[in-house]
Amino acid sequence: MVGLKLSPLKLRLYSWHKWIGVTIFLLIVARLIWRAANAPPPPVASPRWQQVAAVVNHWLLYVLLVCIPLSGWLMSSAYGVRVVYFGVIPLPDLVGKNKELGDALKALHETLAFTMLGLVTMHAVAALKHHLLDRDAVLYRMLPLVKPRAHKP
Amino acid sequence: MMRSQHRFLLCTVLAAFLAPAASSGYAQRVSAMEPDKSTITFISKQMNVPVEGKFAKFTGQLAFDAAKPNEGRVQVELDMSSIDTGSEEANDEVKGKGWFDVKNYPTARFVSSTVKTLGSGRYELAGKLTIKGRTKDVVAPFTFKPAGQGALFEGAFVLKRLDYAIGEGLWSDTDTVANEVQVKFRISGVAGVLKK
Repeated sequence: MVGLKLSPLKLRLYSWHKWIGVTIFLLIVARLIWRAANAPPPPVASPRWQQVAAVVNHWLLYVLLVCIPLSGWLMSSAYGVRVVYFGVIPLPDLVGKNKELGDALKALHETLAFTMLGLVTMHAVAALKHHLLDRDAVLYRMLPLVKPRAHKP
Repeated sequence: MMRSQHRFLLCTVLAAFLAPAASSGYAQRVSAMEPDKSTITFISKQMNVPVEGKFAKFTGQLAFDAAKPNEGRVQVELDMSSIDTGSEEANDEVKGKGWFDVKNYPTARFVSSTVKTLGSGRYELAGKLTIKGRTKDVVAPFTFKPAGQGALFEGAFVLKRLDYAIGEGLWSDTDTVANEVQVKFRISGVAGVLKK
């Protein structure tokens, strides 16, 4: 998106990108509130290191899901471009116009996004491995009202 | 005798108070523009997001007397290569053929035709604005405020960019970049003749 030649399409993509980002930010805030009020189901039996890795990965995903939209919003403010949600609701500018700060936030936004891409891949691959190779109840654990299948050793 | 002395004293005191007021009247007349202390900015809307830009370089002539506002005159020439849209990428883009075509049209010009009084320090400026070789009439309300050794003129007007073929081809889509562009000016003028 960044590498595209400036065009009306590019401006649209940037706006859509920001609207999606704001939406994700709102969803993650709702999710964190839910998570604070509701304990997750007990973990499926697996080696200790896997359980630790799963917990660490989850919390890193939460942190990134908060920090990535925030860094994008800050970046937009620093570049002097206000975020207007759906082209209707203007969000407050969090910082004043400052190109150096904008460049730094851009680098941060990119780094965090690529880090998240790695973690999401790991998260999904681990879930599929549990489901398809270990054939345990990890994926079912996410669903409400679904009886987990029996653990097959 | 005492009475006349008192009257004399009163006159002296009054004169002392009135003198600075009279001499501060110089700020009512402005004879030149100070581009360094003036700004010309524009706000375009991209996907409904207001984005501010400015022209760093412009020159102009200015003559305004608050006592005779109708005789006010102003002419401004903008160096189009000094445009700053707020981002480098856009700065390169807007100098191109489809936008301002700066190579072929290096300057934009505003020449006033009339100044009307609206009352309470407000006036209305009408004139011809030429951008990219296209000339259109514009009308801009403005305020006049004596400030320091001169005066400040502040006003704004809205132009339609497509009237001047600013943003052709793909860019003529006004859903992405709105047709209406607000132009704001804050022109500092230096005082003219101190006393008549």
